[in-house]
Amino acid sequence: MECNHEASSLMHKYLDGDISNEEEKKLRLHLEDCEACQKHFRELKRTITLLQSTEHIEAPANFTANVMNRLPTEKKRMKYGRWFKAHPIITAAALFLIFMMSGVFSAWNQDSELVVSKQDNLVIEGDTVIVPEDVTVEGDLVVKNGNLVIKGTINGNVTLINGKLIENPIESEGLMASAGGVNGELKHVDQIFEWVWYNLKNLFRSIFAF
Amino acid sequence: MEQFIREKIKKVKKGDQSAFEDVVSFFQSKIYQHCYRMLGNAHEAEDIAQEAFIRAYVNIHSFDEKRKFSTWLYRIATNLTIDRIRKRKPDYYLDAEIKGTEGLNMYSQMADEGRLPGEEVESMELQRYIHQEISELPPKYRSVIMLRYLEEFSLQEISDILDIPLGTVKTRIHRGREALRKRLRHV
Ligand SMILES: [Zn+2]
Repeated sequence: MECNHEASSLMHKYLDGDISNEEEKKLRLHLEDCEACQKHFRELKRTITLLQSTEHIEAPANFTANVMNRLPTEKKRMKYGRWFKAHPIITAAALFLIFMMSGVFSAWNQDSELVVSKQDNLVIEGDTVIVPEDVTVEGDLVVKNGNLVIKGTINGNVTLINGKLIENPIESEGLMASAGGVNGELKHVDQIFEWVWYNLKNLFRSIFAF
Repeated sequence: MEQFIREKIKKVKKGDQSAFEDVVSFFQSKIYQHCYRMLGNAHEAEDIAQEAFIRAYVNIHSFDEKRKFSTWLYRIATNLTIDRIRKRKPDYYLDAEIKGTEGLNMYSQMADEGRLPGEEVESMELQRYIHQEISELPPKYRSVIMLRYLEEFSLQEISDILDIPLGTVKTRIHRGREALRKRLRHV
């Protein structure tokens, strides 16, 4: 066997645990006869022992804290979300308080003007909002302090605050019953508690949406 | 421990930053040591090791949970150290004295603290010498030798970390071992 190449290649195979039984036998036989290779093999094994004996180094103090400080700031949504989830009752109470202070209650009492969420093609007669027959409203419709007549179609949710839905006169006569409709939820808000609740839900939605 | 890390990574992926703190704390010394051995000085090692964790955090969604997190993290750290070595000014890279001095300072400082009997000082000298010899290997041999013998990864894991074929890992390990054998045989 050639010392320089073949024998040393077998030694490395041995050190990597890659050697076959036959190769190992071949290497052992050669080492018995060849002092140079014996020395070479001893040196390799000693090198590995020396490498493995080296001490481990510890990271400097505050390493973890420094990394955490350098991280990009967590998305606000996640931070708030986690907090709200952990404290549902405090969250509800706090929001209720905010509403009391920000005048939601007084708004309920004082604000009696007709308000309609911005939609095209609606007809307003006095305190009544009419969705004409040939009109399809895309999106949600909110009517506050007024009544609503739906002759056309609304592709969205309808919320009536302090008002009511006047049945379509044509519909009530049993004609063209399918002429008007809401393809969404229809909600009445007539009580002050519901009004607050409605605002709370909207606030929640806007908090979790950003 | 694998399971502990796995759980933490799941939380980090969901956006829980505080779970990442446990991950950093668990791997900090391993990664710092790896960077220190690759770069040869404490200042750069801290900088690059921190950078490695930040990259891991920012890119956590590209980590495939079927694989080992440690392998992925070492890969980031190794790539960063190799990048840093490439960007060094040639005179800095060739100036072995800087590396030697760093190590010497660290170990002689420890020896100066006076708690160490002669034998341990001797072993410190030996440690310093071994590390210097490792640090003088070309980076591609240095990284495999360190991953194999200081950090105890399998050959297959090293192949994953460095993204090179298993055969190449073996060739580099053989050459690295031979180079160190020649340097350390008089010790
Ligand atoms: Zn021989």
